[in-house]
Amino acid sequence: MTNPVKRLQATAEEFKHKDSKDKKRYIVDTILNNALYILMLIFIIYTANKQPNFLTWGSFANLITQVAAYLPLALGIAGCIVLTGTDLSAGRVAGLTAAVSAVLLQKTDFANKMFNNLPAITPGWILVAMLIVVAIGALIGLVNGFFVAKFSLHPFIVTLSTQLITYGIILWFFGLNGNNGQPISGLSQEYKNAIGGAMFRMQNVPIPNYVAYALLLTVLMWFIWNKTTFGKNMFAVGSNAEAAKVSGVNVFMTTMLVHTLAGAMYGYSGFIEGVRSGSVAASTGLNAECDAIAACVIGGVSFVGGTGKISGIIMGVFVLRIIFVALTMLGVDSSSLYIIKGAIILCACALDMRKYLVKK
Amino acid sequence: MEHDVLLKMVDITKTFPGVKALDHVSLEIKRGTVHALMGENGAGKSTLMKCLFGIYNKDSGQIFLEGKEVNFKNSKEALENGVAMVHQELNQALKRSVMDNIWLGRYPKIAGIAVNERKMYKDTLEVFNELGIDVDPRRIMSTMPVSQRQMVEIAKAVSFHSKVIVFDEPTSSLTEEEVEHLFRIINMLRAKGVAIIYISHKMAEIKRISDEITVMRDGQWIATRPAAELEMNDIIRLMVGRELTNQFPPKTNKPGDVYLKVEGLTGLYNHLQDVSFEARRGEILGIAGLDSSGRTETLESIFGIRSRKAGTITLDGKVCKNRSAGEAIKNGFALLTEERRATGIFGVLNIRENTVISSLKKHKRFGIYLSEKSQREDTQQYIEAMHTKTPSQETKIRTLSGGNQQKVIIGRWLLTNPDVLLLDEPTRGIDVGAKYEIYQLILDLANNGKTVLMVSSEMPELLGVCDRILVMSGGRVAGEVDAAHTSQEEIMTLAAKYV
Repeated sequence: MTNPVKRLQATAEEFKHKDSKDKKRYIVDTILNNALYILMLIFIIYTANKQPNFLTWGSFANLITQVAAYLPLALGIAGCIVLTGTDLSAGRVAGLTAAVSAVLLQKTDFANKMFNNLPAITPGWILVAMLIVVAIGALIGLVNGFFVAKFSLHPFIVTLSTQLITYGIILWFFGLNGNNGQPISGLSQEYKNAIGGAMFRMQNVPIPNYVAYALLLTVLMWFIWNKTTFGKNMFAVGSNAEAAKVSGVNVFMTTMLVHTLAGAMYGYSGFIEGVRSGSVAASTGLNAECDAIAACVIGGVSFVGGTGKISGIIMGVFVLRIIFVALTMLGVDSSSLYIIKGAIILCACALDMRKYLVKK
Repeated sequence: MEHDVLLKMVDITKTFPGVKALDHVSLEIKRGTVHALMGENGAGKSTLMKCLFGIYNKDSGQIFLEGKEVNFKNSKEALENGVAMVHQELNQALKRSVMDNIWLGRYPKIAGIAVNERKMYKDTLEVFNELGIDVDPRRIMSTMPVSQRQMVEIAKAVSFHSKVIVFDEPTSSLTEEEVEHLFRIINMLRAKGVAIIYISHKMAEIKRISDEITVMRDGQWIATRPAAELEMNDIIRLMVGRELTNQFPPKTNKPGDVYLKVEGLTGLYNHLQDVSFEARRGEILGIAGLDSSGRTETLESIFGIRSRKAGTITLDGKVCKNRSAGEAIKNGFALLTEERRATGIFGVLNIRENTVISSLKKHKRFGIYLSEKSQREDTQQYIEAMHTKTPSQETKIRTLSGGNQQKVIIGRWLLTNPDVLLLDEPTRGIDVGAKYEIYQLILDLANNGKTVLMVSSEMPELLGVCDRILVMSGGRVAGEVDAAHTSQEEIMTLAAKYV
């Protein structure tokens, strides 16, 4: 790693030697390449001016809580994007696993309990429940990966299908044992505490346990992406699948694993979402993949394939959440909220693509 | 015919950040002549042409076509004014038919709405007949070999009634016979008064086809002379600015015992049929043949990325199944593929990632963690050993020149410590200086007891580097010759055996 100060000095030195035309181009390039962050900064300053509450520790705590909730899904989907694919099933998988977690961890004395012969809620059972839903997510991911890798189908098609299938399973699941599609509620306090219990408070805003879990997952994913053969192979396949095959990379296994890992992350997201939503409905998780994909793209995980960083994904989730929190604080109505969100994704993609176009 | 100046480029200058790509370059092309443009990679030939076609904006200078100043904004405008280019890398709509590609953007219409397919077909056939090209205009592009697709590209240029046609490395993927056909076409165009700019690295071709030769070096014009006045060595001297007495390094390798044995190799989804041969330790075995004679298929079948119907591969008496590239690598094989961009490099990844991808196993610590330090060391070692020119290990490979990319990929394979190297057109698209380095490298490998199989379309290269040459024809082995006692004629005769 080079010293950032030295690098800055070198850049400044280089800049001095350019002629006026090149200087102008360099400045324009720099602004466009960082346009998103510059706009964010302006936006934050504007919001802070209008709403003094925005720049407080309490609001910051709220922000990182939200980031921690949305990050795992984005971390999973990012792998699919690195492979030049995508995953449309993410939200529904999280919805299904949220429902399953809720059912497995309902209060033992809850009147509308869906299954009565489940074990008592102990830390061990909570862990087992989590492993079960992660496995369910991974299984759906495995199916995605298998069809993508085996039949060379575009992930868009495959995951569109599994999205529908998963929704079908969700509806079936909600109709079990005479539940009749009712939302699943009455979650046990132990489950709620394990996920949403406060680690500490920031200006009276609690920081829930899952912030720590998200941190752990981020470190794990960073390790997988940067320090393992699987990670290196993933980038190679995303960059040039043919060359990867010739280089001895098992493209089939790599593709399967990327999707399976993504599925596992959705499973975990569902486990968190169960507690966050309090009562899980059939619509839980709907369109969650849109936010995740948007965050990845904003963070520089390019659809070109083979590029992306964990730090970028975190940035992307942050940017989306800041916009959401700030716009809500400013009292912007939901219709404008969607329009602004869409516009930002469009800009981010255009700016990202600009980096990959061959300059002529 | 009077040879007046048709195209004139005066004082063209083009600067990229940090590089002066063109430095006051002037060029005059006469009507009815073939003008060769030569220079090493990075000499500025392509940049000059891109300025002509408006793909780059020139900083200064003027371009005159038939005495009138022109300033094309894009290649479409250039085409409409009679300046066409046959690209080295073909940009074609592969899923569409031949005639669709030729008339793309200017389809003949019926009543201004519907595309007139019949006229398109007729006109295409007319152009093809004129050029002696035997291709069905309705054939889908992707089903044809590269050489035929290139012919289509030439036909397209001719269909515009072009006055100037630029050929950028037109023979890099053609066999000798196809080159002959191309030359017949070029001669015909010349006779019709077309001015031709011919860019190539191949000396022998240039000597044969061109009337005038312009040599460029480091973005500067070096010399323009009648082709008859220049000998091959003169051209090389002008190009590299120094004497390059030998095109090939001295042959020092000594073949030992038989090491690799291939028996009855037959393809499942290709025309490969009963290919058998042996190769010795420390031997460089060349594989010659026409396009689609099964050379590439042979290497890829051995390496396990093409399905075999039958055949055994024996390495040092041990049968190798090689069902996948991974298995082949484990067994000590390495394959340098023909199309570097499509199946060799990982464009958006950096030099280090490109170097270590096939040998990640040896960087593994505690069974899971990849050591950054040892990856960096390995990469550095091969950057130095190959004399790869790169600013850093973190540089993206797509920004390097073809020769340097090739060195990185060779480095990738050497890191797997292979016993058998399968090299498919190892010097394609690489300039003269870098070629010599690659030849030296191949010889060094043989000197270290490795077995090298080398496919090449350049006959002199095979004769200069290899010990024996296997000639393939129509998916079969047509014969085997001793490189020291054979001639290009003998090889060509064998190559045509099963066509």
